[in-house]
Amino acid sequence: MKIVVLVKDVPDTYGERTLNLETGLAERDKSDRVIDEIVERGLEFAISFAEQNEGTEVIALSMATEQSSATIRKALAMGADRAVLVVDEALHGADITLTAQVLAAALSHIGFDLIVAGDQSTDGVGGVIPAAIAELLDIPQLTRLASIELSPDRVSGPRTSERVTLTLTAPLPAIVSVTERFAEPRFANFKGIMAAKKKPFEVLSLSELNATIDVMSAPRSIMTNIVAKPPRQAGVKVVADGDTAQHLVEFLKKNQLV
Amino acid sequence: MSYSLTEEQLAIQEAINDLSRGFGDDYWRTVDRAREYPDAFVAALTDGGWLSMLIPEEYGGGGASIQDASVVLEALERNGCSSGAAHAQMYTMGVILRHGSDEQKQRYLPAIAEGSLRLQSFAVTEPDAGTDTTRIRTFAVREGDEYVINGNKIWTSRVQHSDLLILLARTSRYEDVEKKTDGMSVFIVDLPAALQSGQIVAKKIDTMVNHETNELAIVNLRVPEENLIGDEGKGFRCIMSGMNSERILVTSEYIGAGLWFIDRACAYAQQREVFGRPIGLNQGIQFPLAQAYAELQAASLMRWRAAELFEEGGNPQFEVNAAKLLGSQALWAAANAAFDTHGGFAVAEEYAIERRFREARLPSIAPISNNIVLAGIAHGTLGLPKSY
Repeated sequence: MKIVVLVKDVPDTYGERTLNLETGLAERDKSDRVIDEIVERGLEFAISFAEQNEGTEVIALSMATEQSSATIRKALAMGADRAVLVVDEALHGADITLTAQVLAAALSHIGFDLIVAGDQSTDGVGGVIPAAIAELLDIPQLTRLASIELSPDRVSGPRTSERVTLTLTAPLPAIVSVTERFAEPRFANFKGIMAAKKKPFEVLSLSELNATIDVMSAPRSIMTNIVAKPPRQAGVKVVADGDTAQHLVEFLKKNQLV
Repeated sequence: MSYSLTEEQLAIQEAINDLSRGFGDDYWRTVDRAREYPDAFVAALTDGGWLSMLIPEEYGGGGASIQDASVVLEALERNGCSSGAAHAQMYTMGVILRHGSDEQKQRYLPAIAEGSLRLQSFAVTEPDAGTDTTRIRTFAVREGDEYVINGNKIWTSRVQHSDLLILLARTSRYEDVEKKTDGMSVFIVDLPAALQSGQIVAKKIDTMVNHETNELAIVNLRVPEENLIGDEGKGFRCIMSGMNSERILVTSEYIGAGLWFIDRACAYAQQREVFGRPIGLNQGIQFPLAQAYAELQAASLMRWRAAELFEEGGNPQFEVNAAKLLGSQALWAAANAAFDTHGGFAVAEEYAIERRFREARLPSIAPISNNIVLAGIAHGTLGLPKSY
């Protein structure tokens, strides 16, 4: 069983995250870099499955810059067997469609039985990469799963929404995405960190993927304007003198909250 | 000579940051109030292999360098965790590793590495001996294939949370040895069994910090001869050889704790407004924090220098002691600067400053008093006459 986990290097949600107001791109140097917290849960699934099922290979795949290698290496410290990082100058600022094309090409290059992704990244919050990859590779997609059942030829799991839980199932090969409901990931431990140093870490350029991807074609999403979020305005201060309830009711009515 | 962290050390730091998130102010406030041992915290460190990282890989440990372990303890303290509850499990095994027989190493180290055997207690100091270790009076008499030990120890920590105790006792009387550091021997004691049989009676000492420490009465404690570590009469050397690594590691804790104070104080100074402006605008707030930060970084460099020499196999007595001296002083400066920055809120439990402030005082006098460090530098390094 070959499980490829799509790992993304994102700014730490515990810190302050900023966008460059000229390019509209995340300012990656200004915050701590971590593996996306949602896909870390998917990684946890893959690693625990591999621990219990001999012959399972877990591969962390990412498309990022060379500077992301330390972050991606954490996947190896957690227990993935090897990592593949696609790095290419031409991919700087790639949109969702281009990213999906590159990842799909890399997945074909690596080979897989199951692909695991987060349902959306904590930075871009696009949420469509798993579906786009499913389309490009012509495989079934089970998205937004809260847990995964994996057998040699099938994958299934529950997708829980507010009113209903759907149990989804598909034959392999397939792609699944997981949500924050998924089990907590493990922490990297000392032995894992030291072992990660010796695990294979492959860096590939676009040309090495043997895929026809026209990075110069017209971009499919264009940022037309960007403004910083205005600072929060001071709230209205109500000075009540025994008539608090009346002020409150007026406020609620005025704002159409009742 | 580069003191930048390696990629692995940065990963270690990040892993410890992740682990520490589960042990925030509320957790520490609760265990501190109840004077409870932080079991969950120690378990998390054990599970991650952090407490066995210094044990060589051949015994199932992590085979880490002293620098790697320093990164762990500094990061724990910088995240507000009180690592003193567990740090002894990291380095007390050094006595067995360096001076134990092959049989002793095989018997103890793999179990310590696995976390199933806790070696957290170390009994050297006595009520009437203090820093002058040669004056200890706990005495071990050989009887057949056993030693029978009697005496008293004080400041023996984590007795309730350790399976083994490393015990220093005289096997020759002070008066009978020419060289006063001779005639002492080190024993491994099965602690729970000794407590249960009453051969060791532990009396807990209530203290200003959440640190389990005890006075021990040792009454006809029987220890099999195979539990003697190293040669009989040469125990002082065994104990002293562990001091270098201990000093480097506790200094790392002081630096982490000091940086915790600076982090908290800077965050508070930015958001706390008095007279319509953040107090962080005031140089009266800024300068003590800047001064303490500079002192912490200087201590940190001395710590890395000591660690480098230690890893090269040297005996950097000046560097480890100077690092301990500077680190404990810088921590105290940071604690006071953060206390002043927080004003009245420094004494409110909610802000954690008061707890960490209490914890920041002890490093000036333990595991060694800064005065002893200064005396040692004066005569050991500068060649001045010995003052005691």
